[in-house]
Amino acid sequence: MTEARSDLLTLVLGICAFLIVATVIGQVLQRRLSPDRSNASIENLNARINAWWVMVALIGIAFLAGRAGVIVLFAFCSFAALREFVTLTRTRRADHWALAAAFFVVLPVQYYLVATDWYGLYAIFIPVYAFLLMPIAAVLRGDTERFLDRVAEVQWALMICVFCISHVPALLTLQIPGYEGRNVLLIAFLVIVVQMSDVLQYVWGKLFGRTRIAPRLSPSKTVEGFLGGVASATLIGAALWWITPFTPLQAGLLALVVTLMGFFGGLVMSAIKRDRGVKDWGHIVEGHGGLIDRLDSVIFSAPVFFHIVRYGWSLA
Amino acid sequence: MATDTDVASPDRTSADTHRRGRHPIAGPVSTLILLFARAVTAVRANWSPAGPPARQHVYFANHSSHGDFILIWTVLPPRERRRTRPVAGAEYWLKSRLTRFIGRDVFNAVLIERQQETRSEDPVARMAGTLDEGASLILFPEGTRNQTEDPLLPFKSGLYHLSRLRPDVELVPVWISNLNRVMPKGEFVPIPLICTVTFGEPLRVHADEPKQDFLDRARAALLSLSPHTDTAA
Repeated sequence: MTEARSDLLTLVLGICAFLIVATVIGQVLQRRLSPDRSNASIENLNARINAWWVMVALIGIAFLAGRAGVIVLFAFCSFAALREFVTLTRTRRADHWALAAAFFVVLPVQYYLVATDWYGLYAIFIPVYAFLLMPIAAVLRGDTERFLDRVAEVQWALMICVFCISHVPALLTLQIPGYEGRNVLLIAFLVIVVQMSDVLQYVWGKLFGRTRIAPRLSPSKTVEGFLGGVASATLIGAALWWITPFTPLQAGLLALVVTLMGFFGGLVMSAIKRDRGVKDWGHIVEGHGGLIDRLDSVIFSAPVFFHIVRYGWSLA
Repeated sequence: MATDTDVASPDRTSADTHRRGRHPIAGPVSTLILLFARAVTAVRANWSPAGPPARQHVYFANHSSHGDFILIWTVLPPRERRRTRPVAGAEYWLKSRLTRFIGRDVFNAVLIERQQETRSEDPVARMAGTLDEGASLILFPEGTRNQTEDPLLPFKSGLYHLSRLRPDVELVPVWISNLNRVMPKGEFVPIPLICTVTFGEPLRVHADEPKQDFLDRARAALLSLSPHTDTAA
């Protein structure tokens, strides 16, 4: 336990030092190059840094509150993400009960199952039971207009915003021999690697980006940014092996999987935004996009990371 | 025009033009309602280029839900919010003790009688009187909640007559987006969805502008604020 605490403390101090340096650089760049806030890249960078401070503060508070705190925090993330997602769906009045059930039944039940460590049920609750029951709630209203579209959208909203996000706090329930009491560091590992991958892809792209990787989805993403970002985030993941139950090689490989899932997750979420004609999912922080914009890569990597660790390292 | 000794609702004027006789829990209840509105809708204001309003205004908005004016109220800066009063139908809000408490004490609504045949007071004169006391008003010129597929119903003429009576007070169009999906008519469980409240450029009635021209212009100004993505029924 003490070892876990000291690891956590080292990590928190390291992150704070990193963020202070990043904040200072961001402010200096802004004073020098963008005093009137006209340089979009610098504003974007500072927006990210501010979002990280908020993220670190929230996660820190949740970690101090223990398992219950982390689960409640991510349940609220799911709520805010689901609110953003459903806002962009084309639901009709007949979906009212299905949507009410998504917010006020499915979401709390999923997090309750995670909290009680009922893996056998929370792994299939949304993919099977919500999948079958939600269209029943919708069909009882008798409105067949775009029926398949509507039920598919609600199911997708639940998978992305509740099922996937709930796999982040589910990391706390894994029983890994020799790693007792330190599971919170797995969350830290996942979030740090994914966030670093996001920002390093951005930085590499800005510095060396030539070839667009998906011009129709995300004009700012480049092959150079992708390769540089994934490679450096993989190295960062390997370097963080000491907070995980993995060897440096394993940590690096897991970081690679997580960054790849995160990258493609970002593309998928961009495609949905394009389809709906919006730039951001929401506006949880004024001018800085929505919660899903900040979490899209974590959303896609969390279940995969969870299952690899569960099958590779966990007893249960 | 305004008769304070009206027998149909004897204490109306004294209770809703001044906040003195306000119920003690009306303040906390209004805070709770604002917090609840934020939790469900994460509402955000899109101000016109002039920024948040600082002067006295008449806000006129699209009307599809009972929560419409609450959202406008929620996004207004606190100082402006305190003097902003919704204009609402007396026959609805005086129906029961609860609606009376919510309408008069909590929202401090200016309650007008909509039925022309039975009313004892001219609603426009009453609104003008409220403006004279320094209040801002929230008006729904469609006259009733819009349950149709059309984005906006034709306007009633009250907005025009009020603007004629008090030409110095600017009229601000306000488009409320998505709230009709949060709580459609007949439902009692709200669906959490992100709502926006968009404020347009202020307008006034021109000196010799015909009534219908002005109403068309005001309606077009409001419609122009409606986002193109807001197509969901």
